[in-house]
Amino acid sequence: MPRYGMVIDTRKCVGCQDCVIACKTENNIPEGYNRDWIVTESHGKFPDIQMEIRTERCNHCSETPCVSCCPTGASHIHDVGGVVLVTHEMCIGCKACVEACPYDARYIHPDGYADKCTFCVHRVEKGEKPACVSVCPTYCMHFGDLDDPNSEVSKLLQSRKWHVNLPDAGTKPNIFYLV
Amino acid sequence: MNSLSRRKFLKISGATVVTAAALAGSAKTIVNAAESFSKKKGLEIIPSYCDLCFWKCGLLAYVKDGELWKVEGNPKDPLSNGRLCPRGTGGVGAHTDKERLKSPLIRKSERGEEKWVEVTWNEAFDYIAEKMNKLKINYGPESMALFSHGIGGSFFKHMMRAYGSPNETAPSFAQCRGPREVGFELTFGDVVGSPERTDIENAKCIVLIGSHLGENMHNTQVQEFSKAVENHASIIVVDPRFSVAASKAKYYLPIKPGTDIALLLAWMSVIVNEKLYDVDYISKYGTGYEQFTAEVSQYTPEWAYIETGIDPEVIRETAREMARYKPATLVHPGRHATWYGDDAQRSRAIALLNALLGSWGRKGGFYVPYSYSIPKYPYAPYPELKKEPLDNPNGKYPFATGEQISTGIREATITGKPYPIKGWFIYATNLIQALPNREETIKAIQNLDLMVVVDVIPSEIAGWADVVLPESVYLERYDDLNASPFREGFVGIRQPVIDAPNDQKPNWWMAKKLGEKLGLGAYFPWKNVEEYLDTRLKLKGHSLEELKKEGIIKGESQPIFFEDGVEPEFLTPSGKIEFYSNQLADAGFDPIPRFTKHPEPPSGYFRLLFGRAPVHTFSKTQSNPLLRDLFSENELWVNADLAERYGLKSGDKIKLKNQDGVVSDPIKVKATERIRQDCVYMVHGFGQKSRQLRSTYKKGASDAELVTQYKTDPLMGGTGMSVNFVTFEMEV
Ligand code: SF4
Ligand code: SF4
Ligand code: SF4
Repeated sequence: MPRYGMVIDTRKCVGCQDCVIACKTENNIPEGYNRDWIVTESHGKFPDIQMEIRTERCNHCSETPCVSCCPTGASHIHDVGGVVLVTHEMCIGCKACVEACPYDARYIHPDGYADKCTFCVHRVEKGEKPACVSVCPTYCMHFGDLDDPNSEVSKLLQSRKWHVNLPDAGTKPNIFYLV
Repeated sequence: MNSLSRRKFLKISGATVVTAAALAGSAKTIVNAAESFSKKKGLEIIPSYCDLCFWKCGLLAYVKDGELWKVEGNPKDPLSNGRLCPRGTGGVGAHTDKERLKSPLIRKSERGEEKWVEVTWNEAFDYIAEKMNKLKINYGPESMALFSHGIGGSFFKHMMRAYGSPNETAPSFAQCRGPREVGFELTFGDVVGSPERTDIENAKCIVLIGSHLGENMHNTQVQEFSKAVENHASIIVVDPRFSVAASKAKYYLPIKPGTDIALLLAWMSVIVNEKLYDVDYISKYGTGYEQFTAEVSQYTPEWAYIETGIDPEVIRETAREMARYKPATLVHPGRHATWYGDDAQRSRAIALLNALLGSWGRKGGFYVPYSYSIPKYPYAPYPELKKEPLDNPNGKYPFATGEQISTGIREATITGKPYPIKGWFIYATNLIQALPNREETIKAIQNLDLMVVVDVIPSEIAGWADVVLPESVYLERYDDLNASPFREGFVGIRQPVIDAPNDQKPNWWMAKKLGEKLGLGAYFPWKNVEEYLDTRLKLKGHSLEELKKEGIIKGESQPIFFEDGVEPEFLTPSGKIEFYSNQLADAGFDPIPRFTKHPEPPSGYFRLLFGRAPVHTFSKTQSNPLLRDLFSENELWVNADLAERYGLKSGDKIKLKNQDGVVSDPIKVKATERIRQDCVYMVHGFGQKSRQLRSTYKKGASDAELVTQYKTDPLMGGTGMSVNFVTFEMEV
């Protein structure tokens, strides 16, 4: 069974937010909300500055506090690819998962349910890439099966240096940032 | 917006009323358009090309059950390669924007008070035609001037020529890329053009001088830049601000604003003195090289250090780095080039540096573009012009060729010389933000007998109009064909994918109807735009039906580099690359660029710099709900130490006062290490004051409002705008 993940090249990302807008139109995210977002981190004193730009979203973690805390079972792990999903109809909007996620990846949709990135599983199951990956004008995002050693994502992880966000949170995130 | 964490984001947007993205119902059918989309069931995917900026990327619009769902890149299109930039992806918001103009308006009180009567199209056209006919009788047809931006202006240009006016301009020349085109044409005999003929993707070394690719999202350029990063191209960024591109660079040169020519001269002196130039290329194609060397060799890096603040060793090292990768070293010409009033000469210095490196016409430098030219529509000849255009009387700016100077037309409108301008017809350009010195623009407007604005939103310039005509957005209309010069020849179509929500109309329809009222019906022999487009395409052996299917037809690929067989051709007077320009010498200008010092900000003042954000275009997109959601107001970048000295923290609101006492609207401070201490920076296009555009009203501050001073380029009339100084006003 595949384990879906993303490998994102921070060297190439320009922080343009195209991935955010593509997600919003693809998934009809209401005004004022978003499932992915950009973080720009800079260090140093002018003019000696290092800067990393990252596009962030739910890490579709392998250890999921957001699922284990859910009282209704709405928050669950999909049977394909280990994608972490929310069944809207079962969600009571109690916000337990919003609090449990160390990445701040969830929000309560105005219709009352917890919402977050789905890895565009509706596209992936048709053989397409997630909307953010397909739109990125810098081609900095890669999506695929981390358990397949021959996949593009696995190869990138083998050949380049990378980090994950909050490695100490114990969540085993499946989004990797190339540096 | 940096570090946009989810919570912060939710807080920022907490004030926004949450609305469903799609605009429901009430879709009227466009009269005269062939189809109506409102009733179709299921998913339709329709190709067209984007208009969120002038790049014209090919797109696929997804229309689900008659509603616009999303817009993606058209994989067949060479400009987008199937990926739009964030603005293009947010194009849906141009259609759903609730603040769009809905019906034609006629002014009912003083100009600029934004009080209107809604009228029918017929009434609007009658009003305009009567005034235009009167102007023609009283002052001649040349008393009307057209200001336009983008391809949508094409039918209005035709209308104005048929009417008999030679005065047609766009701020894209004298307020943007004009100096660049002039500098390159003087050197190589040809312009850089749009899209830029830069082979970024194959460049091994890229030099960006103030050009902030990645924040400036010209799609193909950004895509290629990313490939260059991937290929470990050596990137050299020169900018007073640590741009996104700077974060990808091997060398970042934090130059003192206004001193770029000094750096360019020093780079050239290193290359000349160390004999690092492309000897063969220069001896084959160059002329005036001896005079050039004699002059530039004196500009040592030590001399340039005093002006630019850049370490002489870094100047040497970067010059050698450029030479190491020649001819695949691209010194990017930039786009918005109107900075200090000596911009054509700066651009010429950039051209000369490229010439030394042999990159013009070479892989990894500048390619030779070609266009899949489609014959023009076979119109009857235009009436003979009785007067010359008046933007540049007596050739005051001798190298302003090809395009007209917008600010020249404005000046003539104020002075009435060399002849009166009494009517402005303005298409899709917000002159309030685009032209420097707002007071002069308003003064000119007050001299008019007629001012018509065609726009999709109630822009600031529309607020000054006598008649406002609401245009359907690009996703709702046909436009002229796009056959931009590029790496490969192609033609793209813009076609409607969805109905306009109200009584908005396409530009071609307005031009034809108004043309008919003006008695110019003979110049609009086509029944509708489909017939016009089909006629043009058939002249090239294609048809509208064929082009509509995939949105793009490509020509055969041809070589685009000298080394692949393109015959080098330099359309300069000498037929060579002019290291020494007799044209310039004869006109009394420096034949080889020289550095002159620019005034520096007085103590307590900072140079005001402005630029782009990836999600906005000029002042056109701020009300688009998808784009506004991510970037609703601009911030003032202030160096962190400087901010501390003034007791300013990020998020504090201040006003700016410029050297002439003009005070801005409040703007949030962004205290950052990413900028020098002698300048401040903001994204252009904000601080809008159209009362009808509530979502953007006074959101952030307007750089344009503070640009009361401008320095005119003596070569070509461009208006250098980075010559204004501001100080902080703490009381808000
Ligand atoms: S679209 Fe690509 S380049 Fe733009 S912010 Fe997202 S990941 Fe970065
Ligand atoms: S990022 Fe947050 S929401 Fe997503 S799987 Fe991990 S813990 Fe759960
Ligand atoms: S660069 Fe962006 S806004 Fe401009 S045409 Fe292309 S997709 Fe549209």
